[in-house]
Amino acid sequence: MLENALVGTRRYYGLLALLAGIFALGFLVYLKQIQVGLGITGMGRDVSWGFYIAQFTYLVGVAASAVMVVLPYYLHNYKAFGRVTILGEFLAVSAVTMCILFITVDLGRPDRILNVLKYPTPNSILFWDMVVLNGYLFLNLLIGWNVLECERHSVPPPKWLKPFIYLSIPWAVSIHTVTAFLYAGLPGRGYWLTAIMAPRFLSSAFAAGPSLLILLCLLVRKYTKFDPGKEQIQSLGKIVTYATLINVFFFFCEVFTVFYSQIPDHLLHFQYLFGGIAGKGRLVPFMWFSIVGMTLTALFLVNPRLRQNETTLAALCGMVIITTWIDKGLGLISGGFIPNPLEQVTEYWPTVPEAIITLGVWAMGFLILTVLYKIAVSIKEEINA
Amino acid sequence: MGIDRREFIRIAGLSTLLGLGGKGAFELLAPGRVDAEIVPKPEAKKGKRWAMVVNQKKMDDHTARKCIEACHRVHNVPDFTNPPNDKLKLDPAMANRYQIKWLWTEHFHNAFPGEEQKYPQEHLAHLNFLLLCNQCNNPPCVRVCPTKATFQREDGIVMMDMHRCIGCRFCMAGCPYGSRSFNWKDPRPYIKETFPGYPTRELGVVEKCNFCAERLAQGLEPACVEVSGGLLIFGDLEDEKSQVREYLRKYFTIRRKAHLGTNPQVYYIV
Repeated sequence: MLENALVGTRRYYGLLALLAGIFALGFLVYLKQIQVGLGITGMGRDVSWGFYIAQFTYLVGVAASAVMVVLPYYLHNYKAFGRVTILGEFLAVSAVTMCILFITVDLGRPDRILNVLKYPTPNSILFWDMVVLNGYLFLNLLIGWNVLECERHSVPPPKWLKPFIYLSIPWAVSIHTVTAFLYAGLPGRGYWLTAIMAPRFLSSAFAAGPSLLILLCLLVRKYTKFDPGKEQIQSLGKIVTYATLINVFFFFCEVFTVFYSQIPDHLLHFQYLFGGIAGKGRLVPFMWFSIVGMTLTALFLVNPRLRQNETTLAALCGMVIITTWIDKGLGLISGGFIPNPLEQVTEYWPTVPEAIITLGVWAMGFLILTVLYKIAVSIKEEINA
Repeated sequence: MGIDRREFIRIAGLSTLLGLGGKGAFELLAPGRVDAEIVPKPEAKKGKRWAMVVNQKKMDDHTARKCIEACHRVHNVPDFTNPPNDKLKLDPAMANRYQIKWLWTEHFHNAFPGEEQKYPQEHLAHLNFLLLCNQCNNPPCVRVCPTKATFQREDGIVMMDMHRCIGCRFCMAGCPYGSRSFNWKDPRPYIKETFPGYPTRELGVVEKCNFCAERLAQGLEPACVEVSGGLLIFGDLEDEKSQVREYLRKYFTIRRKAHLGTNPQVYYIV
């Protein structure tokens, strides 16, 4: 099947070259980071996790959302999704790869990364995150690849694959739950110390991931001879609608507890994010855009006419992706660190090298995605021909 | 009885899996000696649970500075605002971002957030509190570390193995006291005079106060305690005759964020 990745149009090669170029640039800057240290980023002793960990968190959600196509197809026998499960699974593969890369570029001593295996520490959530992320990568590659191969030869997938498929469903939930537990169990960080963290992570994941999948389906339809299907896109649209609504609801649950209880440990972070503290409020416009935008998008999505029109659906999906990214990729991590445990405000903003390294990792992810989608689409075209 | 190729591969694969799992399981059940372990001398100070009392009632800025200088000198803590080579000097905002803190001072409302009041005791309003790692009895940093690079000794001291640390900074997120510092920048050019009794650090690892474990092993008091003129009291909490216990009996003390359940072992007389 790999041979399909090697032959393609000029546009395909062009895209690969572009992504490889961005990745190479990011890699060069990363070499610089290894040499001079993580001080090259905007992080510091007060905001000790930044853009990298935020992208990681967001992408775990994108990866987990593959379950939204796998579950209806395999558990509810929703046949229509048979056409798009492979797209969901391969999206998960590329997203998990990016997660692992983001963790790696965030390490002070990446050369010692195998210490996590050498000295396994079950009381650390990071240990479990390593286990579930790698497991999820393995499951999706295994399932996606085998199902596609069988599809190509017009035979049903082998029986031994079924347990892996069923396992991948709770496993998807586990990756984002464990990632939420990284934050939700720390005694001194009021912003993260909330039991609704994992549910919020899942709801935003199931909003953002399928949104991205819809956009990818539309791109696939536009640029290849394979049509993922109108019904499929509409079903995904319904999933996005419910998930976005639930995500907004969860957010307001959090807001109620924080603002009605008035406990400063928790409240100060919201004040920083949505109002600023002592004149420092770099994230304020972003956070307001995120929550107002997300709420309006959810309401628009409820309207069947806006959802059924693929142009407006695509625009709304774009909004879901952007607003959830601001919430998780920008606000969540720095918001938890500002103010610091001594209630001092040190702001954070990524530096240029940090942004280039981040782009480099995204480029690698999209490179993998492009290659995997090329394989999948070529085979789908082959079957249809 | 011969085995065919398939059988051989199966057995080889299974034994590799078992081998890997076995090594992991062994590490879990009986962790090996830690790279940074300090081997005590016969004259070493022995304690069941080390603790410190900070007498803030009598603390003054001069003593506090003396303690900080003593600590930073014997632990090779870099000074980004005042390096040997003037050209390397960082502006205050940058220096603050990179700063390595073992022992430092803060005002009451930062050291004890939530405890401040609008009209505080006069003495308290501008007092600088000496802060350090609280050597928690229930340390969240140890709980979150994915490699056991930070660990707790039997005498309660929370230690760092800077040869094992991968620099993930989970412990910094876990610590509710801001007591952990990461080497964002190569610290060595910022050390005035390298002290041979304690290693300098590399880029990319986390470090913190270790209650002078290396000095206790030689029978010495922590460096800050030695120069504090009796304002820092160090001793064994489990020994009722210790000076620490005597002070705790005599004075009312508070601890930083004790409500978080970390059980901090640095007590403040205010």
